[in-house]
Order: sequence, then C-alpha cells, then structure tokens
Amino acid sequence: MIATEPKVTPALAAEHGLSAEEYSRILKILGREPSITELGIFSVMWSEHCSYKSSKVHLKRLPTRGAQVLQGPGENAGVVDIGDGLCAVFKIESHNHPSFVEAFQGAATGVGGILRDIFTMGARPIAVLDSLRFGPIVRGKDAGNATPEEIARNRRLVDGVVRGIGFYGNCFGVPTVGGEVVFEPCYSNNPLVNALALGIAKRDELFFARARGAGNPVIYAGAKTGRDGIHGASLLASAEFSEESQQKRPNVQVGDPFMEKLLLEACLEAMRTGAVVAIQDMGAAGLTSSSSEMASRGGMGIEIELARVPQRETGMTPYEMMLSESQERMLLVAERGREAEVFRVFAKWGLDAVEIGRVTDDGKLRVLHHGKITAEIPAHAIAEEGPVYQRPLAPPVQPDGNARFVEFAASGADLTANFKKLLASPTIASKQWIIGQYDFQVRTNTRVIPGAGDAAVLRLKESARGLALSTDGNGRWCWLNPRLGAMHAVAEAARNVACSGARPVAATNCLNFGNPEKPEVMWQFSEAIDGIAEACKVLGVPITGGNVSFYNETLGKPIYPTPVLGVLGILDDARNALGLAFRNKGDAIVLLDGADDAASARSLDTLRREFSSSEYAKTIHGITAGTPPDIDLTAEKRLQECLVALAGDGAVESAHDLSDGGLAVAIAESAFGSEDFTARISFDSFAPPEYALFGESGARAIVTAKPASLARVMELAAKYKVGARRIGEVARGDLRIELNGVVCASAAVSALRDIWAGALERALQSDH
Amino acid sequence: MKFGVVVFPGSNCDDDAYYAIGSVLRQPVEFLWHRTETLAGCDAIVLPGGFAYGDYLRTGAIARFSPVMKSVEKFARAGGLVLGVCNGFQILCEAGLLPGALLRNSGLRFLCRQVHVRVESTDTPFTCAAERGQILKMPIAHMGGSYFCDEKTLAELERHDQIIFRYTTPDGRNDAAGNPNGSLANISGICSRERNVLGLMPHPERAVEAPLGSADGLVIFRSMVESLVQRIAVPA
Repeated sequence: MIATEPKVTPALAAEHGLSAEEYSRILKILGREPSITELGIFSVMWSEHCSYKSSKVHLKRLPTRGAQVLQGPGENAGVVDIGDGLCAVFKIESHNHPSFVEAFQGAATGVGGILRDIFTMGARPIAVLDSLRFGPIVRGKDAGNATPEEIARNRRLVDGVVRGIGFYGNCFGVPTVGGEVVFEPCYSNNPLVNALALGIAKRDELFFARARGAGNPVIYAGAKTGRDGIHGASLLASAEFSEESQQKRPNVQVGDPFMEKLLLEACLEAMRTGAVVAIQDMGAAGLTSSSSEMASRGGMGIEIELARVPQRETGMTPYEMMLSESQERMLLVAERGREAEVFRVFAKWGLDAVEIGRVTDDGKLRVLHHGKITAEIPAHAIAEEGPVYQRPLAPPVQPDGNARFVEFAASGADLTANFKKLLASPTIASKQWIIGQYDFQVRTNTRVIPGAGDAAVLRLKESARGLALSTDGNGRWCWLNPRLGAMHAVAEAARNVACSGARPVAATNCLNFGNPEKPEVMWQFSEAIDGIAEACKVLGVPITGGNVSFYNETLGKPIYPTPVLGVLGILDDARNALGLAFRNKGDAIVLLDGADDAASARSLDTLRREFSSSEYAKTIHGITAGTPPDIDLTAEKRLQECLVALAGDGAVESAHDLSDGGLAVAIAESAFGSEDFTARISFDSFAPPEYALFGESGARAIVTAKPASLARVMELAAKYKVGARRIGEVARGDLRIELNGVVCASAAVSALRDIWAGALERALQSDH
Repeated sequence: MKFGVVVFPGSNCDDDAYYAIGSVLRQPVEFLWHRTETLAGCDAIVLPGGFAYGDYLRTGAIARFSPVMKSVEKFARAGGLVLGVCNGFQILCEAGLLPGALLRNSGLRFLCRQVHVRVESTDTPFTCAAERGQILKMPIAHMGGSYFCDEKTLAELERHDQIIFRYTTPDGRNDAAGNPNGSLANISGICSRERNVLGLMPHPERAVEAPLGSADGLVIFRSMVESLVQRIAVPA
C-alpha cells in the first residue's frame, strides 16, 4: 500500500505522453483534477496505440461493408459469413516494438494477443500467419550501410522472433500456416512482427464485447496480474525508439502459451453454458481497456474492486493493476444468478475466475480499491472520446530524385549467374528453415502447407468448403509510391488467394508506419489508405479490422511505409485447392496476364523506371528507385476471377502468381516445389531480357495444364478476357528459359534448388 | 470396442486423434479427462500429442502423476493397448511404461516436417496390419524427440524386437540420413516387452487422409482395430 498518491500535475501528465491540450480535455471531462490512477487510465487509452488518434480520420475511408461481412472494424476481430452456418473470425495485429526490445517474448506475446482476440469472439483459432520484416542478414549490394554488428543483431532478431512465434503457437496448438519474411535495410533497427489469426465459429454462437444488464457480475479470469508489461503495448508502441530503448525490456510482457491454451478451452466451454453475456480479452491497457470498452460498447457502466483481482505480486497499486499488461487474462460479464456455471468451468481448467465487480447503468468506469474510489470516469469518454487529430500532410521529396535507374543488359546476355544470386537473396530464398520450426499441421486442417502454394489453404471439418489466406506487403514499393504500393499489397494478397483456387472475400490490414507527427509520414499513411481503399473496392475485399502501428522509427529514421494486407478467400470445395508445384511431365505452362501484356505499349524508359523498383534491381544492382509497376485493378479482378474459375473447373494442375523476381523466380519455385520436375520455357517479347525474366508487373500468374485441358484453359481465359500464352512445358533435366529464340538462363534444377533451399540457413549461420 | 483419448491440460492433438479414430476410422471413441480415475470401459487408450501441463519442467514429467495415469498404468500392466504419440510417448517414458527417454532434438530447434519410418516389426497390435519393412510417411512436430537409452537397454530392446519404427529415407536405404532429431539408433518408436504399449514420435493421427499429405498412419489404427477384434472374439 502506498501512503500518499503522487499529485497529478501538467508535468506528470506530459511524462505520461499526454499533450497540454489532451490534459485540459481530461480536466474538462472530469470537472476536476484526475487521480494518478485516472491519469494512467487516460494516458494508455488515449495513447496512439489504443486510440488511433492520428489514423482515425483516414481509416474512415476504407471500405468495410460487404455481403458476407458480419462484423467490420470496431470489435475484437472481423467476422465473415462463410456459409453452412459458419463464420470466419480473423484479424492481423502488430507487435513490432516489443519484438525489437525482446525478440522472443515480443513475438510470442504478439501471437498470444491475436489468438485471444479470436477466441474472445467465441471462435476456435485454426490458423496463424506471420508477416515479418527484418534488416539485412547478409552483406551485399542490397544491405545498404549495415555494419557487421547490425547484421549480427538482425540474425539474432530473426532467430528470437521465429523461436518466439513457434514457442507460443506450437504449444497453444494452432498451426502457423504462412506469412512472409522480407529483408530490407530500413527494418534494421525496427523489425516488423505482424501476426494474423483465423478462427471458426458457428454463426449463431458468436460473442461480443458489449456489457449488458445492470447488476450482472463482472468476472476476471485467467492469469494473475503482475507488474509486467505496464505501459507495454500502449506506450512502447506510441513513441519512437532511441538508444535507450533496450532499457524498456521490463515493459515487454511475458507469454505463457500453456495458460492461454487453458484459457481458450475454458472460455469456449464457459460460452457454451449460455451464462456468458459479454467477454473481452485484456490486451493492450489490460484491465483498463477491457472494462471501459465493454462498458462503452454496451452503453453501460462497470464498477470493479481491485482488491479482488488475483495478483501475482504484493503491494500493487491501483495504477499498476489498471495498467498491467500481464498476458492470458479475460474479463467476462455473466448473467446474474448463473455465475456459478462459469466458475465451475474455470475451476475445471484450473484457472482463477473471480467476480471483481458488476455492470452498472450509470455509464461510468468506477474503480475501487478496498472500498475506496480511485477512479471514476465516464466509460464512453475513455473509450470513444479520445483526441482525434487531423495531422498535417506533406509529400516527401521524391525518394528517387537523384537515384540511378537500371541499365538493361544487352539482349543475348546470359542471366544465369544473376538468376542464381536472386534465388539466394534472403527475401526470395526458401523459408523452409523458418517454416519447419512451426507446427503447421496441428488440428489436421492444413490442406496446402506453407511454401506449397501461394496461399495457405485450410479445409473445414464442418463443411466441404475451404479457407485460403495470404498476407502481403511491399514496403519498398510503398516508399517509392505509397498509393500504388498499397494497391499492389491488396492485389497480391488477393491474387495469391485466387491462385489457390479461392474467391477472395475480405481483408484485414496492419499498417506499419513511422512517426505520424511528421507530415511526410502522415502523407504516406493517407496515400496508402487511399490505395488500399481503391483496391479493396475493385477487388471486392472489404477491410474487417486490423491495426495501426505508428512510431516505427529509431533515431529519427522511419521504416518504409509498410501496409500488410491479409486476404481471406473461400473455396466452395476444399478438394479443388491448388498448389504451386509442377505435377506432371509434359504439362503445358501457360502465362495468364490480366492486362494482356500491356507492357508492350510502354517505352523503354518507363520499363527502366519500373524495373528499378524490383527485387532484381535491389539485389543485383543495389538500386531502389523509380516507381512500382502500374496497376490495372480491373485486370487484376479479371485474372483472379479466371483463376478461381480454372481451379473450380479442374482445368489446371497448379497455379503460381508472378511477384518478387518475376517470371523466372515463379517458374523456379514451381519446379522446386515438385519432386524433380523442371521447365522448358520459350517465348517472345519486345522487352529487354532482364525485364522479361525478372520484371514484376502485376495481374499475372502461371498455370499448368495437362495437354488435353489446354483448350479448356484457353477458353476460360478468353471468357474472362485474360491473356493466355503457352510459354513452355513441364520437363525433366535443366531449367531453361529462352527468349526470342535465345537461351538467357539455363542450369540444372538441382543446382538452383540447392542455392535457393539453403540460402537462408547459410546466411543466418554465417560468421561474417 | 472403444478407444479412449486422454486429455491432459495442454494436450493439443487430442481433437486430431479423436477425429482420426471417430470420423476417419469410424470407431467408437471418447475423451478421458486427466482427473478421471476410470477408463470408462475403453479397450485402447491413446495418449495424444501436445504440451501436457505446459511441459515447462521436462516433457511428461508432471503428466505421469495425473490421476488418469494411475489407471492407464494399471490398464497397461493388465495387457491393455496403450498408444502414446509424441508428447504421449514422452509421458509413457516418464511413467516407466516404456524404457529410455526423449531428449531435446540434436539441432535444439522445434521440427515440423514429414519423415519416413520403417516398420521393423509387425509383431505388435499396432503394426500387425503392416508389412515388415514397409516405409510409412508421417509428420513429426516436436522439440524433444531424440530417443535415448543406455547401451544395456538398447541391447534389450533389440533382443526383444521392441524397436518398432526407425527413421529412414523415403527409399528406406539410409536410416541415418532420415533421422531428423539425433535419436539413438534412428529409433522413432518402441513397444513394451509385453508389446501392448507403443510410443512413437511421428503423428499417425495426422496421416490418415491423403489430401493432407499422407494416409500412412492409418495402418497403425487399423492394426489396433484388428487386434482388438481378435481379442474380443477370442474369450480369454
């Protein structure tokens, strides 16, 4: 117990990250000076992380409605109707700052947090995907000015993050089925760890975080409250990093996946009793956010007595308890008179469940400690009336102002050596070393395992349908042109889902940006939102939720603006799921192009500008400049519809979209995924060989078809107005690509596979 | 005939085992809660994979003391069929129902992938429907799957034909190359001297449907069903 509470002053408010304006707003809401506990409550709830104060005005522009969307942004996760009385519950969230400070626990609790968001809604988690960004792990042209120490630290971060994700997901028992890993110098001091979770629930068994019924008991369940993670997610993620950030390690939460597994089973079982009225997990801002948000959403008040909160440590103050971000905790509202049913379930699972308060009808969050009021604030004011900023926007100086563009090699040049270098670059190389540390099969639904297809595909035991998921985002492109880059992120995620045979139906987004107080960053954000909004509208994938992560900068240097999109698709029959691997010798390889080779209409200068933004330009020439490829969203839409039709028709054996590394890398990956097939490719193009092989323009995919099905493929492509060209066939022996009758890349597929398969592990275990 | 799948707090392959037995094999199956002391008349018990009690101490170290394990031990000593998969294998070793121990993988990393194992003996109720030398493709997913025992125990295991599965390459020619975790003598599964208790690291319940990668694990469950049918048909 503390004898006297510190007096709240404007200076103390400033220390809590509240501006003078925000503090005067608090004074106005309360009509008096806040107590220290109240100050703490406002500071976390009005932090950037919890209040979305800088992003709110822009997020409104995102499309959030759709025929199948049952719940858009604003709840713990988005909900989509997938038919047969079932719904998919999914969301992506960042855990960037904690993961940099303490990679293992930061990543682990990132997974834990997103899983709770899913089962809070009554859904059982069935899959996790992780979208990761790190600084360079090898020296090279594309490593920027990374020092050896930096490279060594990046390797440790990769190891820590991967172990953390595996530790949590593997023990909890949810398969980690996909995601992406990208390496760029800008993430060296600010890695990104975005975790997406998907769950399944019966449509009529969903739960929401809306407190109802004055007098109903408020129940605390799960792990005990400790001093860990005070100001963890909320404040750590609401300021830039400085050299002292490593000292924030005590602010990072500690995860216990076993506890979370028990909590999952207990929550789902408690929900089945019918005695649970509302439920919300204690994530960022713990007890504060769960109580005030549940009260606010339900238009009610909540009163809690902190002395009843199960505590891990003695002498905790109300301030500490309200701000603790101890993991694996839930707050429930039960029906008065039926609380015993809830307690029985938690007791069965060996978990604490304690009535700590009740729902009231005065709309206030009232916090008592041993009967004494330590905070009393209108719940709606904390949860919904936070500051909203229309921050200034200013386009940055064109990032490629003085940059060189790629000089294309002469036609006839042998590109094999560069092809090999590209396959060895960590961003393109096989991620098997990472994938193999995650249990990707538990729950036995993983129909297309990580690496085997463009999207992860899960069959459903309750239905013939399947669900496909992909996460994508290209920070480099968004840096060069945030609007265009963001459109590509949506397009690629949806295209990946379509390549697996699923119809894209909804999206979730994780928006990773720098300091929003900088007009250039805010401009990037606003542009990216417009890009996402436009692409989501055209491609028919409304945004159902997600999160915003600002302040991704260290020592004043922001990361590339990195919106990561997660797109969910539905397969009417999971058996039609497509992988990317070649399947039969002699199958025709067909290049589908939604824009029907629009590149041919562009000048060489335009192609140089575009190619200078590619993975090839970065890896081979150390150039990042120009602009991302143009995008034709209607062409993307046609291509995606065509892919879904081809898969449903059974006309194709495999499908793989063209993205990083272009056609050559796509062909190679389809060969690597197969037992020992390769490809003989031969096609004509007006474009320079490097562009033709490694260019990354969108709306393209390769499919393979048995010779007998080729006509059907062409017919369907014509129906969807998608260009289709037979460019080669599945073979054995060397992988060979011929352009305008000249071989420009050729090598034994086994040699290429060895380079690609082992590159990541070699890089991580190298001493240099 | 009825299968029982034990549920420890932290088991996470319990649903998968239940589904494989109930929905794919279409055999009667029920869950057995770790606090129960009766086995509800089950004829075969499955200890599923997962992280029983969190496994923060040592895999299986706490689970072996749970109430249900007393009954499982009694059941096993009386000749009942007990299959331990992954964490279940670890628990059986801790409980002394199988010899040896499972150490951390030699690479000190969690491993999830398809492996190949050779059926070394068909003289068990778990492999009687398989061919000797048959190669089964099944997934592993574990951090601590490196089988270890002392030389004397290994000699006994070999003498009594208790090594039931060994890791190998897909063609069955190079066992060491197929060993993912540093297991002694490439051992991936062993049975008790009386042959009624089997532990293995690969997950047969994840290998019961070809579209998910393999259906090779079915032969283990089918063997169990066949032997139970015979046991029930021939009164003791």
